[in-house]
Amino acid sequence: MKQLAVISGKGGTGKTTMAASLAYLAQGKTVVADCDVDAPDLHLILKPEIEETSDFMGLQVARIDPDKCIQCGECEENCRFDAIRNFEVDPRHCEGCKVCTLVCPESAVEMINSVSGHAYISKTRFGTMIHAELFPGEEASGKLVTMVREIAQKVAERESKDLVLIDGSPGIGCPVIASITGIDLALIMTEPTLSGIHDLERIIAVTNHFGVPAMVCINKYDLNLDVSRKIEESCQEMGAELGGRLPFDPGVVEAMVAEKSVSEMGGKTSDAITEIWKAIESSLEL
Amino acid sequence: MIISIASGKGGTGKTLVATNMAASLEEVELADCDVEEPNSYLFFPDRVVKDSFDCTIPIPIIDEEKCTRCGICSDFCAYNALAVFPSQVLVFPELCHGCGGCEIACPENAITEGKRSIGKIYVAETGDVRLLWGELKLGEPMATPLIRAVKRVVKTDLVLIDSPPGTACPVIEAVRDTDFCVLVTEPTPFGLYDLRIAVNVLKEMEIPCGVIVNRAGIGDRGVYRYCEEDEIPILMEIPFSREIAGLYSQGILFSREMPEWKEKFVNLVAKIEEMVR
Repeated sequence: MKQLAVISGKGGTGKTTMAASLAYLAQGKTVVADCDVDAPDLHLILKPEIEETSDFMGLQVARIDPDKCIQCGECEENCRFDAIRNFEVDPRHCEGCKVCTLVCPESAVEMINSVSGHAYISKTRFGTMIHAELFPGEEASGKLVTMVREIAQKVAERESKDLVLIDGSPGIGCPVIASITGIDLALIMTEPTLSGIHDLERIIAVTNHFGVPAMVCINKYDLNLDVSRKIEESCQEMGAELGGRLPFDPGVVEAMVAEKSVSEMGGKTSDAITEIWKAIESSLEL
Repeated sequence: MIISIASGKGGTGKTLVATNMAASLEEVELADCDVEEPNSYLFFPDRVVKDSFDCTIPIPIIDEEKCTRCGICSDFCAYNALAVFPSQVLVFPELCHGCGGCEIACPENAITEGKRSIGKIYVAETGDVRLLWGELKLGEPMATPLIRAVKRVVKTDLVLIDSPPGTACPVIEAVRDTDFCVLVTEPTPFGLYDLRIAVNVLKEMEIPCGVIVNRAGIGDRGVYRYCEEDEIPILMEIPFSREIAGLYSQGILFSREMPEWKEKFVNLVAKIEEMVR
């Protein structure tokens, strides 16, 4: 079983648009995992019907018992995450380190387990999809990504599928690292803007750091041909394969509004995505 | 007044708004808290870097002489950053959150704290704009300590904070303690879905917010309907235009090339100031 993640340094470069089309092209072969857990959009196109739900236990958070608390301030002084103010814990900032339980002379602090979200196994018209929902303001998105990936791998094994297709999140931090560790190929989406090229170079450095092979797709390449050429040069220098280029195409947003993948709609962008899928198939030997 | 600029969905134009807003104002600080992919400084090519320094977080140093391998530190660590073996104690720096718990827990006083850099903070000036940004080290998972550190360098009365995308911990750290949050979205189903999540997070944090619709004219009317129903003010619309997209792609601030926009951004900040009061 192979694992492919669609990622990008910069947000809004077409990860989910690409992932939805790849899910269409790979149907029958793949389990889809939406790992962009704090801004998940793939379900808007794939329209999953939820079959199984499991609770996601996030980080433990501290709670101060006001009856026991003598307001000595030790906890607030020792909290490195500014999570305690006026003898109350703000669960959004608490990282569950337990230092407050250690320093409280009155044993007034306890750690609480809480459900921070859900993970789902669902049916879609392209096959099984694993996705998740993180409750507003909850932390540990990297941990939830890992949970989604673990479920997806188990389901792929059970269904004898060759591929886990991961829709990742933007950036280079915790959820991205959780999405790419141990995968076989990262498809990196970018766009020909100054920000796009800057962010691309950082994410390729990260995939290189973790030893993950990278393939790059330039979205809306014709918006700035000069920058697109520079991106191609950067890819070569940094050892990332150029998988293909997609044109600027208002049909992409039209497909999204119609709740369809670009590949289902057909047209020039759909053709370009098919070419990229062929490059992926040959790279992953699917 | 501190204004954060955020969005659920990535690539909707946070940096476009933050940089053009900053360039339109006088005496303003622009703090780029999208430390994983900081871009705002790229739009100020005449910037002069005044200072840069490492952002460090504490990391345990084990005195192997004093250590009795009792294992209390690794049992206490919530992040599995310590492993105690009969011959030595291993520290896994990327897993350590720097909470300091192991040092407090160690009965032998065998743990002291060292420092580990997770990224860099830069301070630059360009005209009336003071630019601050953090740059997370490649391969480093934890962005929030660096975001906190960038926000500590802020010193003027009017501050714009360019937030990372999404709604997870880095965003919460970036928008925390800001007086108002501008949510930049695009009028598409993806834009709407992620906007709703972001609005819910801000409501829970009790931070007032308003929406800027970028690339107005594409997509559908869902974002507008939602804002009307939930009484979220639409502060500005930036139309989809090849001219604006082209300038952005080259790293040029469109409000400098299209001066009517400078006035619009000045008025926008005045409007936010009124709303905050």
